[in-house]
Amino acid sequence: MPTFVYMTSCDGCGHCVDICPSNIMHIDTTYRRAFNIEPNMCWECYSCVKACPQNAIDVRGYADFAPLGHSVRVLREEEKATISWKIKFRDGREKNFESPIRTTPWGSIKSPADYAMPSPEAMKSQELAHEPDSLNVDRLPALTPDQLKPWVA
Amino acid sequence: MLFSNPFAELSASIAPIIMQTYVVIMIVLVAGGTLYDMAHKKSATYFFRNWRSAKSKGTQNVSSGQMVSLAIQTAVVDGLTSGEFCNVQRRVAHLVTMYGFLAYVVTAAVMVFFYPTPATPTPAILPQLWNFGALMICIGGYWFWFFIRVDVVAEGNSPLRLVRADLFILSLIASATLALIWAYLQAAGSAWTNVFLVLYIMATTLLFASVPWSKFSHMFFKPAAAFQKRVAEANGSRRNLPSPADKPETFGSTRRRPRHY
Repeated sequence: MPTFVYMTSCDGCGHCVDICPSNIMHIDTTYRRAFNIEPNMCWECYSCVKACPQNAIDVRGYADFAPLGHSVRVLREEEKATISWKIKFRDGREKNFESPIRTTPWGSIKSPADYAMPSPEAMKSQELAHEPDSLNVDRLPALTPDQLKPWVA
Repeated sequence: MLFSNPFAELSASIAPIIMQTYVVIMIVLVAGGTLYDMAHKKSATYFFRNWRSAKSKGTQNVSSGQMVSLAIQTAVVDGLTSGEFCNVQRRVAHLVTMYGFLAYVVTAAVMVFFYPTPATPTPAILPQLWNFGALMICIGGYWFWFFIRVDVVAEGNSPLRLVRADLFILSLIASATLALIWAYLQAAGSAWTNVFLVLYIMATTLLFASVPWSKFSHMFFKPAAAFQKRVAEANGSRRNLPSPADKPETFGSTRRRPRHY
């Protein structure tokens, strides 16, 4: 199910080239528009489809999986932090989905480098980074010896 | 140089009728080249097939009044202000080059046809606009050539790499640069004037004659594609895309300049 570019809609911005994890979206030397140079190597991650600001990229379904007349299109709206899908089935049914991407503004979450280095005691502790606070509990649940039943052979 | 019509001065050695014939040939080459390109790529066939498909998938009727309104929006937003570009630098460079090109060719045609000899005094605004237009082409063109081209910026290719996609922008920059040099040398009475005149004619002929092989005709296709996109949004088909989410745009953006190297 490789991707393909509608060259009339593509404005040659290069975002799909940047984002493709397979390094197969490149710029055509005749039209200076994007195209998939190796459809065999496409793993249909939809990164380029979602990244294209002009929604100029679509995915071609394999005939044994996605029948003719179907349509699967996605609209990623970063400013609204939503991703919307429209699935059209061959028999005319249509399903629409809208999901949030995040609930906080882009760039607002601290990166690991912004945190203080853990102390040597914390490194030896059983608790992982940000525990137990990130789990929203006072302490991790743990069994005490008196809770264990005696072992019977 | 800025106030003198270079074509009127040239009429001393080249008859105005030859210059006018050349301009007409260039116009015919552009029109013919675009039509040949459309026939060869079947652009019109696919455009109207897409139009009919979008119309059949549409959920709403678009009245003729709405069509006119969409055409005006396309002309103003996508045409006059190059609204398709999301990147500000690309948009500004395109606007500078586009308006420079319009000023350059229109004033050249007016000067050649209506003020071809020194006997018909040229209004000062025309050579000024011609020079300014050529300068704008050079500013926008070289800026695009070295700093904005996606195959250079996003893919890391050398700015000096030449591919077929560069035919239009290179011939355009060459024509404008050589026009300015030629006009300057002619005004200064230099012995190199004729050399640069020949080079200028060659670059200009290449620009207009290479239409079937270059990106020249994008200036006709892009407005048509933009209009078709607006009509598809208005009639509900939206190229099968989902409708925009009904949420506020409060999250900002994380898009960075594509740099895949």
